[in-house]
Amino acid sequence: MQLRRVVITGLGAVSPFGQGAERLFQALVDGESAIRYIAELEKIQGLGPHVAGLVQGMDIKDIPRKIRRTMSPMSVYALLASQEALDQAHVDQDLRTGGRLGIALGSTVGSVDVMEEFFDNFLKDRSIEGIKSMLFFKIMGHSCAANVAQTLGIAGRTLAPTAACATGCQAVGLGYEAIALGKQDLMLCGGADEFHPLTAATFDIIQAASTQYNDRPQCTPRPFDRDRDGIVCSEGAGLLLLESLDSAHARGANILAEISGFASTSDTSSIANPDPEPVRRCMELALAEAGLNAAEIDYVNAHATGTVQGDEAESRAIGDLFGTHTPVSSLKGHMGHAMAASGALELIACVKMLGTGQVIPTRNLDNPAVECSAVALPRKIENKVLQTIIKNNFALGGVNCAIVLRRFFE
Amino acid sequence: MTNDEIIERTNAAIAEEFELDMNDLVPSASFKEDLGLDSLDAVDMVIVLEQEFGIKIGKDPKILRIRQLSDLHSYVIDKKNAFLN
Repeated sequence: MQLRRVVITGLGAVSPFGQGAERLFQALVDGESAIRYIAELEKIQGLGPHVAGLVQGMDIKDIPRKIRRTMSPMSVYALLASQEALDQAHVDQDLRTGGRLGIALGSTVGSVDVMEEFFDNFLKDRSIEGIKSMLFFKIMGHSCAANVAQTLGIAGRTLAPTAACATGCQAVGLGYEAIALGKQDLMLCGGADEFHPLTAATFDIIQAASTQYNDRPQCTPRPFDRDRDGIVCSEGAGLLLLESLDSAHARGANILAEISGFASTSDTSSIANPDPEPVRRCMELALAEAGLNAAEIDYVNAHATGTVQGDEAESRAIGDLFGTHTPVSSLKGHMGHAMAASGALELIACVKMLGTGQVIPTRNLDNPAVECSAVALPRKIENKVLQTIIKNNFALGGVNCAIVLRRFFE
Repeated sequence: MTNDEIIERTNAAIAEEFELDMNDLVPSASFKEDLGLDSLDAVDMVIVLEQEFGIKIGKDPKILRIRQLSDLHSYVIDKKNAFLN
């Protein structure tokens, strides 16, 4: 079976840096940090991290009530990012609603804030009286995908993968496969999440959250650094419009990059602690699908979240495959870990890196850790012609994903 | 509570819940055509009114016959009076 080529024609982002893919990339180029002290977190008994990267100042009044009523913040972020991606790609109304466009968009869970609101009432007297009709639409696992599809009239398939921190990357992979197989001509793909203390607590409980930089928020997280102490949670949404090459050509669309490989593997050695071998295998599978060998990759965008164990395992896997010649960086030092959105936001940055020929270094990497020294870790922006990028994302639960991006050539 | 006060509080409660302009809340306004509300909104309207007036409406079949704002005013007035009696 002949697989179709898949290209990226639109990008959309809502990140802790603000709205827009351009704003995101400029903040990364400028080396900004989106991490702030959050006073509310300090009031939670036993919670170590008091920092996060939150989306600020979104004006959602422009979204009509009938659309907004079923949305928690993560769906709002996803809708704004989706509109940006479709507008950039000049996807007109007929194409949006005609069935050729589908959506693959996931989040880690439904809205925890809304669940909290429900149980706050429910547990008082175990009664559902007073529960409003919109509740379920905000807590269901496919809330973001369904809300965006409903609002934009997307009539193709609605997929809502959920794989925690690998969700965004996996959603792009699913969209890529749907187009390659000829099931859809276009797929809007990505991830979204909204911050809740439960997310930070989840990592804190398993001793994987950053807790030592509460008085210096912009110094954490510190991927690959000697003094890294864990994850910093953030929020947002990243959406990419994927399209068959034939469709993009027929529309005269501006092609930003090509996706030439995707792989996802399971690490069954542990539900929480990553092992280098399945990570390496995942990257090898993605490279094989792209028809590339490791030496042909110009840059590795790491998942690296700033945890002691995760960064070491990933750098060992990358080192095994790519040695010390290929630059490696993580973007979580700038924007924290946006959970389901992280893979998509980082992939957007990778597309921009391909386009501008810049490798963004890891923020807060002051003293590269000895155990991460198997890879090349740039400390400042490298200007170089980028033809190929591989991008990793991993998740609790043992889910690994890798995507290979290429500069587009006929 | 007078009937006028019930009408005023009903209007204020649904205006806030559904982000409606008070000027549009004339007695003859149809919930569907004029105010743009649907069946999901109707479910939430019941909850808003129960909380506003401390009454029990639940799945009262009479609610299904409400078409315009004046129908709702009459319903709430009856309900409130029944509750007081």
